[in-house]
This record gives sequence, C-alpha cells and structure tokens, in this order.
Amino acid sequence: MSASFFDRGSGLEGAQSMERAALKGRSLWDDARRRLLRNRAAVAGMVVLALLVVAAAIGPHLTAYRYDEINKNDVWMAPLVHGHLIGTDALGRDLLARLLMGLRVSLAIGLVATFVSLVIGVAWGAVAGFVGGRLDEVMMRFVDVLYSLPFIFFVILLMVTFGSNILLIFVAIGAVEWLTMSRIVRGQTLTLKHKEFVEAARAAGLDQGGIIIRHIVPNLLGPVVVYVTLTIPAVILAESFLSFLGLGVQAPMASLGTLISNGASDMELAPWLLIFPSLVMVVTLMSFNFIGDGLRDAIDPKDR
Amino acid sequence: MFRFIGRRLLVAIPTLFLVVTIAFFMMRAAPGSPFDMDRKLSPEIEKNVLAKYGMNKPVGAQYLDYLAGVAHGDLGPSLKYKDKSVLAILKENYPVSLTLGLSAILIAGVVGVSLGVLAALRQNGSVDYGVMTVAILGVCIPTFVTAPLLVLVFAAKLGWVPSAGWNDGALVNLVLPVTVLALPQIAIISRLTRAGMIEVLHSNYVRTARAKGLPERRIVMKHALRAAILPLVSYLGPACAGLITGSLVVEKIFNLPGLGKFFVISALQRDYTVVMGMVIFYAALIVILNLVADLLLAVLDPRVRLS
Repeated sequence: MSASFFDRGSGLEGAQSMERAALKGRSLWDDARRRLLRNRAAVAGMVVLALLVVAAAIGPHLTAYRYDEINKNDVWMAPLVHGHLIGTDALGRDLLARLLMGLRVSLAIGLVATFVSLVIGVAWGAVAGFVGGRLDEVMMRFVDVLYSLPFIFFVILLMVTFGSNILLIFVAIGAVEWLTMSRIVRGQTLTLKHKEFVEAARAAGLDQGGIIIRHIVPNLLGPVVVYVTLTIPAVILAESFLSFLGLGVQAPMASLGTLISNGASDMELAPWLLIFPSLVMVVTLMSFNFIGDGLRDAIDPKDR
Repeated sequence: MFRFIGRRLLVAIPTLFLVVTIAFFMMRAAPGSPFDMDRKLSPEIEKNVLAKYGMNKPVGAQYLDYLAGVAHGDLGPSLKYKDKSVLAILKENYPVSLTLGLSAILIAGVVGVSLGVLAALRQNGSVDYGVMTVAILGVCIPTFVTAPLLVLVFAAKLGWVPSAGWNDGALVNLVLPVTVLALPQIAIISRLTRAGMIEVLHSNYVRTARAKGLPERRIVMKHALRAAILPLVSYLGPACAGLITGSLVVEKIFNLPGLGKFFVISALQRDYTVVMGMVIFYAALIVILNLVADLLLAVLDPRVRLS
C-alpha cells in the first residue's frame, strides 16, 4: 500500500548523489533523512503533528475554562459566544478545553499502547528469528492463530470484563497490535542473519556484538520505525472506536472518540460538537499516515 | 490441493478452540451476572436459575459442558432472552449484517478497482493525485465520523434518505450505511489496485503485448488487469474483518437490527452464551474466508503453489 505519489526524486539526482557519496561517506540514516525532507507531504505531516503535540501538551493549561468545568448558563453555546471559541456542550463545558484534553489523551494512548506493542513485538520476533528452528515454528504459528481472531471483540470483552480504565486500554490495544510487528522483525532478522555484509563484517573480524549493533539493528530499525508511525494512528483509531461504543475513556475525561461520539448524538442541535473533534481527529491521523508513508519511501531500500 | 485444505482445517481447529477458551473465561471473569436485576433475586430462586443453566457447577465443568455443546453445534440458550437459543438469535440477526457487508464489499470492489486502474493509467497525473487523495482521506476518516456527517447532510438537512432504521431492507434505508461501510474499503482497494497495476504495466509481457500491436484497451482489460487484481484476493480476509468492525459502529448509529448491535448490547448485559456464540461465529467466518482466499489465489495465479 506504499504510495510514493508525492515523492518526485529523479534518477539523475540519485546518480549524482552517489558520486558525491564516494567522496564523503554518508550513512544509511543521512540518506533516509535527505529523502524524507524532500517529501513535501511528510514534512507537512511533521509540522502539523508538532503543532498538535504542542497544543495537547500546553493547550489545556492556557484555556479560559477547565475541560470538566460545568457552566449552567452557557449550555449549547455556539462558537465565539461568551468567550467559548468553538462553543460548549450540553453541560456548558468549553469545547476547546475538552478538545485539547481529548487530543492529549488520544495521543498519549497512541504512544503508550504503541510502545507496549513495540516491546512485545520486537522481543517476540527477534527471538523467533535469531533462535530459529522448532522454537521459531511454534512462536510464529502462535502468531498465526492469534491473527485469525476477531480482535476487536476481545478488546470489547476485555473492557466489559475489567471496566474501562485508561491503563487497561493501553495494555489491551498494545497487546493486539504487536502481531504484525513481530512478523516484520522476525522476517528482517532472518534475512539479515544470512546477508553478505554480515558475512563480510564477520570475515573482517567484527565480533558478534559489533555485528548486531552496527549491521543488524540499523537495518532492523528502519521497517520498525515505519511500522511504529503507522501503528500510532491505528491505536488512536482503536481507542476512539471503543470510546464511541461507550467502552473507552469515561466522562468527565475526554478523548477524541468520546467527543465525536457525544457530538454525533447532539449534531442536529449543535453541529460544532461533531465537526471540530472530527476535524482534529482526521488531521491527526493524516499527519501520522503522511509521515509513515514518507518514512517508508525514505527507508525502504527497494524503492531507491 | 486436498492435503492443503486438510492441513489448513487442522490449524483452524486449535484457532477456534482458543477463541472458545478465551471468550469463555473472559466472560466468566467479568463482574456482575446475567441475572442481576433491579430487584435482588431471593437465594432459592437464584439457586434454581443457576441450576437451570448448569451454572451451579464448578467453572471447569461448565467449560467442558460448553465445549461439548459447541462440538455438537449447540451454542446453548440465551441467558437474557428467555426461550431463545443462541443459534436462533444468530439466524434472526445475520441477514441484516450480511446484506450490509455484501453490498459494501461489492460496491467497494467495483468502485475501488475502477479508481485504481484510472489512477495507474494516468500515473502522476491529476487523476492519479485526485484518486490517491481520496484514498488517503478514506483511510484516515473513521466510520464513526463519516456516518454522523453523512446523516447530518443527507438525512437531517437535505432529507433525501432516512437517518436510521432498517424498514425491511428498503433501498433508501441501505444507502447511507452501505456507503459508510464501503468508503474505507474503496480507499484501500483503489490503493492496492493502483500499486498492482503500475507494477504489471511495467512487466515484460505487457511490453510484448504492446510490441505485437494490441490495442491499449485490450492490453489493460485483458492482460494487465487480471494480474493486477490478484493482491485483492488475499485482501478478502482483512476486508471482512474490517467490515465486521465497521458494522459494529454502523449498526449502532443507524439503529439496524444486525449482529454488531446485538454483540455490544449482549456484552454489556453479560449474556455470556450470546457473546461467545457471536465471537465463535465471526472467528469461523474469518478463518473460512482466509482459506477461501488462499485457494482462490492458487486457482487464479499459476505461480502460487499450495504447500
């Protein structure tokens, strides 16, 4: 699904840069960064994401109202009335404050749950790939079996079983998303183990640790980084999905999903309650996807 | 071929076994019981009710009973809906979900493949950028955003279609839910088709076809397209999973009497047997679809060998 349709690097440029590379050594990552910065969509994604992160981090402290502050006199205020920049909800709570808080919660869930999946996935995949043999077979068959489960149902069951608390949402979603990560890591480890450059490094007298640090890890890191940037939006989406069904973050705390869910039920009376959270959600997901696609095009050696 | 099917079915059995086990113990670990009412049951009645459903036995014995039932195709009685078996509930509700899912995947297939081919033929042209932008939007805008927005515009403001309800599957009631379900699939399918088409158009046999002077239309429709849509076959399983997930939201928003809506309600009401029955049903569906996809791929693509 990789689409490099915003990337317009030409072959000539590539040839020239290779010539220059011969004069001055340039690492894998220098190359990737250069290609990434040439990709306008990815750069735009990074700028927007940086703004969103700053807004989520400091925004909730700057708003005139608190996110859980109920104002009986300001119920259903349209945007720009009474100092509520983007309006209020059924309890008179300031939408801007709630939106910033929701963005913070959604981003935090995205990061933490992705980290959980990263740790499990890399450990599982690397062990299976390095050790190989029967253990590899058993571990990957286990992943195959889990793959064919309808996971959203298990997350729903989990939320119903243990009640919705944020910690559990992290763990539940992270535990679901590690499968693909483990497959990617295992595949990479398997191919890398037998690559000529690893052989060459060994012949040149580099020890096992040096090979892993200098050759295996950098090559493993690329696809993992790409997949991480694509997992974060998937996790945000999954959390919002749960919140939409009423199983995610509980009031008065907000996430993008709960805000959209509440907005959807009141949309005829107060369309702003649906429109602004949806907009933030879509922009967030898009910036992550642009960055992920850009990274993939920059790092994946096949597209060079 | 038959050995392949046999082996895949052998893998499917532990998968389904795992599904049953996880679902069973997770539901039992949940606080609350299906017999919680506003008014507390007297201890004697509660004892009788539990005995009726075999829930007075130890959990291990209950689990074995349930496994034996499932092996015989009996998913047990519903704990909330008196006198209804889980199978009856599934039978009653699946036509709605099936109608939605099938219409969505058919529309998504036709529209997605057409858009993907158009984009690939005009690679890096304005049509290509247009289609790919739509594809990115389709992936990034979740169903629970498109659904209320479309309702707001086409039902509340314009009044062209009803905002919710099933109405025995009348076409006007189907338009919005099916569109919402199909949009993300259109996005993914058009991206897959475009990528496959671009690759195939650069292959040697297409060059051969051009060299012998075939008209462009024949090259695209007959030679390239066939190979380009092969990746779509393996997408059948994930597409189905995506549709199921989407149907949970769509059936809730449009208030449709399908399995998705029922699942969430049953989970919240601790209707153990109904929830487990649905999880098993969906897991079996996905396992079977993945198997069908693999077989189909082997039939269509002579390069694929079943091993």
